[in-house]
Amino acid sequence: MTQLAISVKQLGKRYRIGPRAAYRTLREELVNAARAPLRVVRRSQMGSSHATQPHIWALEDVSFNLVSGQALGVIGRNGAGKSTLLKVLSRITAPTRGTVDLYGRVGSLLEVGTGFHHELTGRENIYLNGAILGMRKAEIDRKFDDIVSFGEVEKFIDTPVKFYSNGMYMRLAFSVAAHLEPEILLVDEVLAVGDAAFQKKCLGKMSDIAGQGRTVIFVSHQMNAVQELCNECIWLDQGRLMRHGSPREVVAAYLGSGLSNTEWAFPDGKTTLRNPYFNPTRFSLVDANLTPLCQAARSDEPVGVLIEGWVDQPNVALSVGFAVYTVDGGLLFWSLHTDTPQEEWPAIRVGANRLLAWLPRHLLNEGSYRLELHLSLHFQEWLSQPGVNAPSLSLEVRGGLSKSPYWIMARPGMLAPHIPFVRLDE
Amino acid sequence: MAVNSPLPGADEGLTHLVHTHIEPPGRWATPALRDVWQYRELLFYLVWRDIKVRYKQTWLGAAWAVIQPFLTMVVFSVFFGALAGLPSDGLPYPLFTYTALLPWQLFAFALTESSNSLVNNQRLIAKIYFPRLVIPVSAALPGLVDFSIAFVVLLGMMLFYGMPLTLRILILPLLILLTIIAALSLGLWLAALNVKYRDVRYVIPFIVQLGFFLTPIAYSSTLVPERLQPLYALNPMVGVVEGFRWALLGSQAPAGVLLLISAVVALLVLAGGLLYFRHMEDTFADLL
Repeated sequence: MTQLAISVKQLGKRYRIGPRAAYRTLREELVNAARAPLRVVRRSQMGSSHATQPHIWALEDVSFNLVSGQALGVIGRNGAGKSTLLKVLSRITAPTRGTVDLYGRVGSLLEVGTGFHHELTGRENIYLNGAILGMRKAEIDRKFDDIVSFGEVEKFIDTPVKFYSNGMYMRLAFSVAAHLEPEILLVDEVLAVGDAAFQKKCLGKMSDIAGQGRTVIFVSHQMNAVQELCNECIWLDQGRLMRHGSPREVVAAYLGSGLSNTEWAFPDGKTTLRNPYFNPTRFSLVDANLTPLCQAARSDEPVGVLIEGWVDQPNVALSVGFAVYTVDGGLLFWSLHTDTPQEEWPAIRVGANRLLAWLPRHLLNEGSYRLELHLSLHFQEWLSQPGVNAPSLSLEVRGGLSKSPYWIMARPGMLAPHIPFVRLDE
Repeated sequence: MAVNSPLPGADEGLTHLVHTHIEPPGRWATPALRDVWQYRELLFYLVWRDIKVRYKQTWLGAAWAVIQPFLTMVVFSVFFGALAGLPSDGLPYPLFTYTALLPWQLFAFALTESSNSLVNNQRLIAKIYFPRLVIPVSAALPGLVDFSIAFVVLLGMMLFYGMPLTLRILILPLLILLTIIAALSLGLWLAALNVKYRDVRYVIPFIVQLGFFLTPIAYSSTLVPERLQPLYALNPMVGVVEGFRWALLGSQAPAGVLLLISAVVALLVLAGGLLYFRHMEDTFADLL
């Protein structure tokens, strides 16, 4: 059973950028036409004025085929063309070049709750949103009870949604979308909403859909979700298809390449953080050989955090360190050079200073983390405040979690420490 | 070119795979009227949404539908009918002007709403595909509810003035359809232009106001010199309004010819609007 579901050939999408692409006024256009009628005619004869205008290719020469029943993950940085690809595939916007052939009914989910109206009740919105997503009335009638119970909004179904809590609203909206049963489903990062329990529920529903022989294209920043849901993966960068293969392989390649963000360096010290107590010149991640980290780190490998700075005016209250965040922005911990008894603190002297801290092995789980530089005068003044004005680095942890036969993949939870167990009776 | 192969896992028996082909838009494509038909349920729900939201506070919404034309009628009757003494083809002036106000308000509402419809629904357009034509068409229709309410009042007024209903009333559905077509013919142009040029929004009220004076609402079209009549009827609402008076009040105005010119003009503009809309359709999501 290898029915072709999606065939994309040399797809390109060009957007105009710059001031001319902004809203023009009819008045302006008419004035231009009156001033230079010939130019307007010539321009329309040439077909377009694209040539002279600045533009970018949001997608360029992208080709791939997808067989029915496959789930394709699309990964890449912000602005890589992932969303544009979905918009072209779902016919929201037309391509500039190339063709797409889709075999099967297409449903797209670029946003949860598209077309929901605040004045209407939950019941009314189910019908409206269902129709917008392409469901027939008979289909909605049939699934109505399932939608309501999946969304857990039974009691409020005849209440206008403007009185819903944010969570209820999202649950109902996702529930309608989740009951869409097209042969081809295009999904854009909708799982990034709601609390963890809800995300888990959505993910479960998504993998049900993928398991039913439907074809799914799933755009996400969450590598774990892509690896869990998809059996194929493409990586886009600046509109081009960089790699197409198994999620494992493509995700690894992407993470290996995309880590331009492991070093923050201003050797001349001319930054907005400039100060006499500890003027940062470098903040970076290094491997065991103190060379800059340029790919995902294993959980069992040492990762060093290197902080360099210039001191003109020593201050006893100075604390140098870093904060570690999850990719969703949750703070995991702070670590400062003043965490230990005072006699163990590394000396900070006038002139150049290099501090190194090793992240404990077997601490971080598989996933993406963000490190931010922490510089402060204890209880006096922030010099570089995490979450406010601090330089940040990104760290990918991949593999090496444990040699246990049970845990070769990511573990539940944000951390994956090894804590030995012993028998108490021996 | 549908590929006929049953899809496993589909829960409604054998489904045949629909083939969708996407390519860069040509310069001028034919209007996707069949697509709109396929999405008729969405059209229905959008109209239903607009009506529902509009009448959420029920009695006030219904009252507005009557208050507006009724007050206008009263003011016109006092100033144009009684004070200025404008001729009303021998009909009671209030009835004469109210009968014209109804189709005009339907037209003005449909035109304004459809012209602003794409901009008002930009989130929808940016996030989901459906034939864009559904939006202006659905925006033009909710005015029919206001019209129906105000029409009941008209029937009451006819009773009051002892105006009998005749079989001529059977032509009304056709006139109402022509009103919607006339509104959409302009509305499609303006809706598409509104996406591209943001000052179109300010032109719309002006067009409506201008149209009001170019339509025989406060006065009779017989005031217009005979040789200018064909030119006058280029405004499709001229034929519609005189048609309403002919059908309901038995006026003697030459509705037939005017109506024909109006209908032809409306259909031509509509055809152009459909083509232009189709031409612009693919860029809406990028421009909004």
